[in-house]
Amino acid sequence: MARTLAATRIDWVGVAFAVVLTIVIVFPLLVVGTWAFAEVWRFPALIPQQFGLRFWNQTLARADVWEALRTSLSLSVMVTFLSALICLPAAYAFARLKFPGRDILFFSFLVGHAFPKFGLLVAIAAIFLQLNLIGTFWGVVLIQLVGTLLFMIWIPVAAFQSVDRRMEEAARDVGAKPLRVFWSITLPQAGPTIAAAVLLSFVGTFYETEGAWLIGAPAVRTMPVLMISFINNQMVIQYGAVLSVILWVPSFVALLFARRVIGGGAFARGFGG
Amino acid sequence: MSVLEITDVSKIFGAVRAVDSFSLNVADGELVCLLGPSGSGKSTLLRMVGGFERPSSGRITIDGEEITHLPPEKRPTGMVFQSHALWTHMNVFKNLAFGLKLRRLPAGEIKDKVEAVLELVGLAGYGTRMTHQLSGGQQQRVALARSLVLEPKILLLDEPFASLDQHLRERLREEVRDIQQRLRITTLFVTHGQDEALALADRIVVMRDGKTEQADRPDVVYREPRTPFVAGFIGTMNLVEGIVSNGVFTRSGFSVPLAAADGPATLAVRPEALELTPSASAGQAKVHRVTDFGTHGLVDLELPDGARLKAMVGHPQMFSNGQSVDLKPTAIAAYRDNALIHRS
Repeated sequence: MARTLAATRIDWVGVAFAVVLTIVIVFPLLVVGTWAFAEVWRFPALIPQQFGLRFWNQTLARADVWEALRTSLSLSVMVTFLSALICLPAAYAFARLKFPGRDILFFSFLVGHAFPKFGLLVAIAAIFLQLNLIGTFWGVVLIQLVGTLLFMIWIPVAAFQSVDRRMEEAARDVGAKPLRVFWSITLPQAGPTIAAAVLLSFVGTFYETEGAWLIGAPAVRTMPVLMISFINNQMVIQYGAVLSVILWVPSFVALLFARRVIGGGAFARGFGG
Repeated sequence: MSVLEITDVSKIFGAVRAVDSFSLNVADGELVCLLGPSGSGKSTLLRMVGGFERPSSGRITIDGEEITHLPPEKRPTGMVFQSHALWTHMNVFKNLAFGLKLRRLPAGEIKDKVEAVLELVGLAGYGTRMTHQLSGGQQQRVALARSLVLEPKILLLDEPFASLDQHLRERLREEVRDIQQRLRITTLFVTHGQDEALALADRIVVMRDGKTEQADRPDVVYREPRTPFVAGFIGTMNLVEGIVSNGVFTRSGFSVPLAAADGPATLAVRPEALELTPSASAGQAKVHRVTDFGTHGLVDLELPDGARLKAMVGHPQMFSNGQSVDLKPTAIAAYRDNALIHRS
């Protein structure tokens, strides 16, 4: 009897969390999503008076939207690629090797996230100005690279550290040289978690706004920067809403990919779970 | 002829001498168990033979060829790890075929070899299974097969059954012994389980603090332990500290004739070598507890000064708690300064 009562007791804390999450995350998304498909929505109506795709047609007909989408995608691909190229060998070294200053260097990757980001960006922008990198594609690549370092170092380090050393030793034992061990054993074992880090870097770069705006604008305009200018400069709220819905696509695709290919456990392992 | 020769090998980690001037020769087809408590250096020694640790000094040869400084992939050894260390992203077949592919064998030969070794370890038809679909015992068999398929000169087993339950452990160790004898493969086996060592080994090397305490056949190690440490570590042993005076060992009313010079000594008596007779008077000891195992009984005894002894008896129902008994050892050994001074 007591068990039945316990089993049917309502988890009020859980319900409270669900309500708060719905209000904070789902409700704004719902409102923005509705705005994107609303042609007429006047106060105090709870639902739009007229739905339609007029603003989608108008938004997608704009050349600057497609240009921004191309810029955002090429920036995200380039930043993620460079970040992986630089960070993965470094992460392996942090995970497997002992060298002087290892711990300090490892924690230094947190620094970029330990202080107000905008101040750091302004300081970097001043340096970039001297180097003629302001308003250039590579200037934005460099600034966005800084933002990915944390994910691309810390998560792969955890991934490499969680690979059982005995597995690597067993591979050496059957005749594999160190490079072959890394390629055939370590990387496949750490792969899902590293893929999660790459995914987070890609999505994080795609949505990065402050660096792209400060270093890139007005010559280099990414989707989020364009969305901000739409919201600031256009009195029609639907333009911003349509762009916002378009911006959901990468994270939605990424989440589907993560769920099907990587598995939720990879994220947990990456964060030490 | 010795296949494996370990000569004066030491391994120093910082201030710790994990292995200390250790020497051992292992004959062709012999199964040698390295037995000792945690920290005795047995796993470090095995890892040095496998190439996973570099000796601080000394020499290791296999078939007369020095391998001391060769990396693991160049040694003719095969290691089975305690944690199985199977590659979880590969199925059973790929786990076994990996080493053969590195040797660039033709695909047909790889398939034949893998299937033959799977048959040998009783896992025929399991090639397509992923390792997580196997039980602990099956995983350990795959780990063994992965080493055997490469036909190593020396098989190294690092506490391979430690993570398995008692029943499975006993079954697997019999299987391993069968396979080892069928293949006549020279084997170095690390364990801290004395039962495992006694059941499996042609020879047991008891290790302590990185050194050999005794290296002998299992029956010799059991019946004739050379040091009190070996006596206490192998099987159940009563170790009683006392004094030898005029050819008699005495401890709190318990005395035994002992042909040794006067002085302190440690008397070693197996429970099965301690006969009990009920005493009408105070007796040499009192029964503290009687445990009936069905086939035999174990009687816990207490000497007048509180020292405890164990005796194995055929009829435990003859004894009861608090009963006075006299003790008559039928086989004893005595030690002084870590050396044997008497056996009878």
